[in-house]
Amino acid sequence: MSLNKLTITKAADGLRKKQFSSLELTEAVFSQIKKTDEEIGAFLLLAEEEAQNQAKEIDKKLARGEKLGGIAGIPAAIKDNILVKGLKCTAGSKILENYLAPYDATVVSKLKEAGAVIIGKTNMDEFAMGSSTENSAFKKTKNPQDLSCVPGGSSGGSAAAVAANETIFALGSDTGGSIRQPAAFCGVVGLKPTYGAVSRFGLMAMASSLDQIGPLTKSVEDSQIVFDAIYGKDRLDSTSVASKFQNPADIGNLRIGLPKEYFAQGLEPEVEKSVRSAIEKFSDSGAKIKEISLPFSEYALACYYIIMPSEVSANLARYDGIKYGLSKERDNLLNVYLASRQEGFGDEVRRRVMLGTYTLSAGYYDAYYLKAQKVRTLIKRDFEKAFREVDLIMTPTSPTPAFKLGEKIEDPIKMYLSDIYTVPMNLAGLPALSLPCGRAVRGSGSAEPGGSSGGLPISLQIIGPQWSEPKIFSAALYFEKKFNGLTS
Amino acid sequence: MIDVKHIAKLARLGLGKDEEKKFEKELEAILDFVEKLNEAKTEGAEPTAQITGAINVSREDKTEPLWENPEIKKDILANAPAKEGKFFRVKRVLE
Repeated sequence: MSLNKLTITKAADGLRKKQFSSLELTEAVFSQIKKTDEEIGAFLLLAEEEAQNQAKEIDKKLARGEKLGGIAGIPAAIKDNILVKGLKCTAGSKILENYLAPYDATVVSKLKEAGAVIIGKTNMDEFAMGSSTENSAFKKTKNPQDLSCVPGGSSGGSAAAVAANETIFALGSDTGGSIRQPAAFCGVVGLKPTYGAVSRFGLMAMASSLDQIGPLTKSVEDSQIVFDAIYGKDRLDSTSVASKFQNPADIGNLRIGLPKEYFAQGLEPEVEKSVRSAIEKFSDSGAKIKEISLPFSEYALACYYIIMPSEVSANLARYDGIKYGLSKERDNLLNVYLASRQEGFGDEVRRRVMLGTYTLSAGYYDAYYLKAQKVRTLIKRDFEKAFREVDLIMTPTSPTPAFKLGEKIEDPIKMYLSDIYTVPMNLAGLPALSLPCGRAVRGSGSAEPGGSSGGLPISLQIIGPQWSEPKIFSAALYFEKKFNGLTS
Repeated sequence: MIDVKHIAKLARLGLGKDEEKKFEKELEAILDFVEKLNEAKTEGAEPTAQITGAINVSREDKTEPLWENPEIKKDILANAPAKEGKFFRVKRVLE
């Protein structure tokens, strides 16, 4: 088996047993990138020399017999809105085309301390705004499962890199589904942690009350390994919180809720069939499955499209042509702002900045922003109520498999609707994990649960209360074992 | 009707002439979409800004050591389009 195809668990095992070195593992990943990334376009920047040096350091430590953690010597790709000291960090935007990160994000410091080998920066929708990665100012990324399809977004580069075995794992960020939806489209595992579990320091802020960094991996176990390496309260992010994790689940006693609002109009029949049959697998071991209701779900996307742009309009005010990035020389300061931001920002970013400016402006604040904040409370309460009856909630990650490149780019609202099942968890601050549960051949109507041959991936989303990551992981591990049993 | 020209200026975004019409149409469509919120009954619900319940997290009024690091200071300033000594150079703010 080629080294670049390994999971973290298997690669770490091989390193420990000295079957190969971190340098060999790193070189296997780069040779795959050279073979496939011209077509896939997952990476914006490669740090081959730095990565080789990092890998050699780890190999020396291994040779000295030092005891190293699970991700030591393992190649990692980082979404390009997360700072890695000394590397360009563009967030997929022309306005930051030449921005050099002066320091490491906390997650990157943590990965480096744990010995991970950072191989490069991945493509994304500009400032993480989009669901297809088509809003990148630099390139389009293609879905490795079907090159005519989008990889999802906004962490499309990270998801595609993992799916194409161009890295062992990747980090992404998730504001309304930006880790889970691309993970689903590319057939990998994606986790959005509990809000506040992972430090946002060094993540370019999009919507600060919603953003979380999380792993994209080839397996559930890998997801847990990376999450364990990056969570924790950080004094550099005052919204990060000391963890108070729940216990793992006992599948035999697990109560699973299926929200009827998520199995409704707009859900593709073959996605529904595949996800329902995945959830059935849990009852084999005695888990109780029941239908629940989250009545405020129908307002979640509208609520998100007020809160998120409002925060975006404030956060993106910093890109003004003065402190960093693209700057247009004009006769006065106002015109410097206007021209730099006109040229530096793409259409979707400008749409959201204007929308947020409008909803926060005098006379409209109460009707839009305050109203949305109240609805946010009610969405949170919906989940709290549901979690008194069930331990976990399971839904599809996305109503459809990956769509075609160009299919939705001209219609913002159509694009927004692809996040309908992922946005509510960000509003409620809940952890949620997406993992593959089947394949669909679009249009044929033939779901093939557990099938691995051809077709686009379909994914199951597992949602829990705040700090229920261990519970989510244990349920996902259980399913992954069953699912792999079917496919192998 | 959303006054795109006014909003764009508040947001410090330059717009091309034909862009005003395009954005007006798109923003109107999004505002129509979020109108749905008016149907939600929110009586008695407090607004949520921080989902974990954290309120007024404070710290000592001391500079974070990271920002005292001369190398980082230098690298931060190196990203500035215009600078003078250890300062960002900005055009006159008050006429």
